Amino acid sequence: MSRYYLTTEHHPENGTLLGFWLYLMSDCLVFACLFAVYAVLGRHYAGGPTGAELFDLPLVAVNTSLLLLSSITYGFAMLAMNGGRLRETLLWLAVTGMLGAGFIGLELHEFAHLVADGAGPQRSAFLSSFFTLVGTHGLHVTFGIVWLITLMMQLGRHGLTAANRRRVMCLSMFWHFLDVVWIGVFTVVYLLGVLP
Amino acid sequence: MRELVFGRLSWDAIPFHEPILLGTFIAVAIGGVALLALITYYRFWGSLWRDWITSIDHKKIGIMYVILGLVMLLRGFSDAIMMRAQQAMSFGDSTGFLPPHHYDQVFTAHGVIMIFFVAMPLVTGLMNFVVPLQIGARDVAFPFLNNFSFWMTASGAALVMMSLFVGEFARTGWLAYPPLSGVMFSPDVGVDYYIWSLQIAGVGTLLSGINLIVTIVKMRAPGMTLMKMPVFTWTALCTNVLIVAAFPVLTAVLALLSLDRYAGTNFFTNTLGGNAMMYVNLIWIWGHPEVYILILPAFGVFSEIVATFAGKRLFGYASMVYATVVITILSYLVWLHHFFTMGSGASVNSFFGITTMIISIPTGAKIFNWLFTMYHGRIRFELPMMWTVGFICTFTIGGMTGVLLAVPPADFVLHNSLFLVAHFHNVIIGGVVFGMFAGITYWFPKAFGFRLDPFWGKCSFWFWLVGFWFAFAPLYVLGLMGVTRRLSHFDDPGLQIWFEIAAFGAALIFLGISCFIVQIIVSIRHRAQLRDITGDPWDGRTLEWSTSSPPPPYNFAFTPVVHDNDAWSDMKNHHYSRPVEGFIPIHMPSNTGAGFIIAMLSAVCGFSLIWHMWLPAAGAFAAMLIAIIVHSFNYDRDYHVPAEEVLHVEAARTLSLSGQS
Repeated sequence: MSRYYLTTEHHPENGTLLGFWLYLMSDCLVFACLFAVYAVLGRHYAGGPTGAELFDLPLVAVNTSLLLLSSITYGFAMLAMNGGRLRETLLWLAVTGMLGAGFIGLELHEFAHLVADGAGPQRSAFLSSFFTLVGTHGLHVTFGIVWLITLMMQLGRHGLTAANRRRVMCLSMFWHFLDVVWIGVFTVVYLLGVLP
Repeated sequence: MRELVFGRLSWDAIPFHEPILLGTFIAVAIGGVALLALITYYRFWGSLWRDWITSIDHKKIGIMYVILGLVMLLRGFSDAIMMRAQQAMSFGDSTGFLPPHHYDQVFTAHGVIMIFFVAMPLVTGLMNFVVPLQIGARDVAFPFLNNFSFWMTASGAALVMMSLFVGEFARTGWLAYPPLSGVMFSPDVGVDYYIWSLQIAGVGTLLSGINLIVTIVKMRAPGMTLMKMPVFTWTALCTNVLIVAAFPVLTAVLALLSLDRYAGTNFFTNTLGGNAMMYVNLIWIWGHPEVYILILPAFGVFSEIVATFAGKRLFGYASMVYATVVITILSYLVWLHHFFTMGSGASVNSFFGITTMIISIPTGAKIFNWLFTMYHGRIRFELPMMWTVGFICTFTIGGMTGVLLAVPPADFVLHNSLFLVAHFHNVIIGGVVFGMFAGITYWFPKAFGFRLDPFWGKCSFWFWLVGFWFAFAPLYVLGLMGVTRRLSHFDDPGLQIWFEIAAFGAALIFLGISCFIVQIIVSIRHRAQLRDITGDPWDGRTLEWSTSSPPPPYNFAFTPVVHDNDAWSDMKNHHYSRPVEGFIPIHMPSNTGAGFIIAMLSAVCGFSLIWHMWLPAAGAFAAMLIAIIVHSFNYDRDYHVPAEEVLHVEAARTLSLSGQS
């Protein structure tokens, strides 16, 4: 024994969750920049179409509910994981992924429609910032789905080990984070965008 | 098909018609082949791969960062000396030796390289090497990410270097303002090289920032509360907070610029509603914190050195910590002082002028803390201390010219002039560069087990110090006379003498750098005489000096317990005796090549995107994703160093310590 050193093994706390939080906050800053850019350019129509003319609010409402629902189903996956039920966890993760894929599908449909109508990202600064903000969010969801599939394979192979639980937890934070960002997008881009 | 594979890359991209570039290329090629031959001759490939490239040891990664920074310093300095020579010659009828097209690339590359690939790697390297040792940890929180971050930074540097021989670099200045950097006015690959090298290196910087924050927050030795952390660790913490809070902005703004260039969007264009000043605002919201990212660790280095060489506890530890935190926060509230001339009005300009001046208060507090630490101390003027005193004198003057520029009406006169160029070189060379040389000299014996030769180090110091003043004092004068920056030719012969003095200063700095290289070679050759067996050559005060030099892979056989700010001084005062038995197995992370492979794929992807080679770009990106997923299936990431091996290493140290006494 000594006053100046430990004679047993020292276990510092695991830092993965803190690290992942920090990453999420850095990502949040990327979105903050895109929101700021949208705030500056969101009404620079350059003689082109406006948000009020382009946005299909019922479609976006369906889209929003898909994503919000996927957050709930991810929550069910977490509950199942905490109860140690692997099959149920996998099931809820699959449902979450499906809802996410539905969200991406609808978003692509919306984008395709806009581009076909001559309202692509090159048309005006408003549309550049619209496509970039919404598209960056969509890209994140897409990577989330790729990650989800990978993680389901890893769960299938190794089960609910400590490392896998940590990963499920990180993806959970990522998924809910994208949900929160989407609420911002829905409000700032769509709801405020259709106002005159 | 040819278009999809090769994009706009063709033999025309190789600058056969530029003798300077061709000569450089031949020299680099011969040097590279010689290096590869030497590695093969000494059968070094295996150990290079096992012990360095795939190493996740924070000490080796730190050393690799510093080597990268020093190599890139040579490149950035060649650019500098070319500019000084050009400006000294190019008067009246003479147009000098660099055509404007080439000169513009030189000043852009100089700025980009010096900030991103010299200062950043040196700062990150020192933090990587020192922080885990100072807080009594075995490694960083995410050792694999650390290796990956380094290779991403190195990939970015490789892309910048490649622009020298394949195609060309940006001609826009180091921040690539649009609309000049837009596709309309810069249609060639220069700006694309700029964008992708910074994006790739930026990923590395961000991840290493997250890594070091978690390391400092979660992995400190028992007893080391926040207010018992060494000041260098504190500055490292604040710098990494700044990195995580600033680099995403750079990533976002460069992504928008690339969308403008690649996808035809209108963020920063002159037409269809774009707004170029938004780019300038966003990039300085990253850019101003960036200068504090560089200077804070230098402040940390000086704090450690002053306390050690004055043989006293640091004066005003708590005020030092608070000053660091205040600077961290204020650094976000001053970005607009880089473009007072935008015309945002008197009230906005006054706000940013005042916040800028307020920063000089905590910085001034730090200067006084260092002076009071020296006061009544028994100062040893070893080399690190000389760099520190040189810094205090030089940096203070640079800081004062900064306060001058913070006054908006004065700035309207001095904006974009050589006065500004002199000011930021005054703080970056006098602060960051001197700090890094001080830190390298101070911790070199810890990293390699022998000191650097003091004679050549002193030569280097004096050449740098005198050379700096010869090179930049004339620029202050010229700036006050109204000479603007980035000019490759002058009409007024009355100005020439000042540029000649500046060129003489650059030549002195050249001697300073040469002496530094000689210092390293001489020190390696005389390493037997310069050997330090104690692990504590300077009578240090913090934990890194309590272990051997170089430290074992696991840093500390037993995790230290901390009772005081100056933990190692406290241990020495209480006649601490080293543990020699009872060792237990030590849990350590294992090496992996994944980081290197993913980073190399990202460099290939970046290069393909620069040249619009869409197929290789998609291929490299897909390969990168697959490599990341495959790596995530590897669960076997650590091992135990057996107790017998620890005993063996520690016994060898006991033997060498007793042999010395």
